[in-house]
Amino acid sequence: MVCKEVIRKLSEFLDHELAPELAEELSRHLSRCDDCNIVVDTCRKTVEIYCNMEPLPLPEDVRARLDHALAEKLGKQRA
Amino acid sequence: MPTHLENEAALVAEARAGKTEAFTTLVRQYDRYIYRLALNITGNPQDAEDVLQESLLKAYTKLGQFHGESRFYTWLVRIAVNEALMKLRKRASEKSVSLDDPIESDDRSLMAREIADWADNPEQRYAKVELGQILNEVVAKLEPQFRTVFVLRDVENLSTEETAEIMGLSVPAVKSRLLRARLRARDLLSPYFQKGKG
Repeated sequence: MVCKEVIRKLSEFLDHELAPELAEELSRHLSRCDDCNIVVDTCRKTVEIYCNMEPLPLPEDVRARLDHALAEKLGKQRA
Repeated sequence: MPTHLENEAALVAEARAGKTEAFTTLVRQYDRYIYRLALNITGNPQDAEDVLQESLLKAYTKLGQFHGESRFYTWLVRIAVNEALMKLRKRASEKSVSLDDPIESDDRSLMAREIADWADNPEQRYAKVELGQILNEVVAKLEPQFRTVFVLRDVENLSTEETAEIMGLSVPAVKSRLLRARLRARDLLSPYFQKGKG
């Protein structure tokens, strides 16, 4: 497997969606190619950082206006 | 991905039967996720707030059409993505920009990149709020065609199949966009997380 192919398959590799033999081939390439190893590793970190990011609470003013809009709509439906 | 409410099916049934408190409990669990999603797609706090409100109100109106084939959250996300994309399209048409430009499939765009290693646990360099700002700025810099796929897959943690369904794309198209989005996000984060920086 050449570098170009590693980059093409990188995303599926990170998502464990590659066929086992392809994943193994890619891993072998990574063990001898520092550049690809860095790209794959930093891409993995990118995904992990985003996946682990919890959303902040709603801003208070946004929450207040949302509650108001919902109360109005739901109240009307009930009336 | 928010924690799945244990009694979600019961709450949905109660909400459909007209119990407004059940609907409020349901959406309270998810509103900050929907707001983040909308903010990430539109890149504009006012648009995000509009999308949040319109999505939840629409969900209430359309609750009769939800039959539990998917998780309630996924259903809600689908509504919110449609609302957010409509906002984006409206803005794009005002600027005469298309969101549906063909995706560059040239391998050169995949290969040309700086190779710089990152520190271990690079996110720990930054306080939570500062890190959040950096991550949001990077998402905002992604090309619109890639941004929504990245947000659904890697921020909201939906599956490739769910993302494809919501976006009306094929699974290979989602994978192609996701690869480019991840590489681009990596490039944009590198200056913050490189070894020896910060």
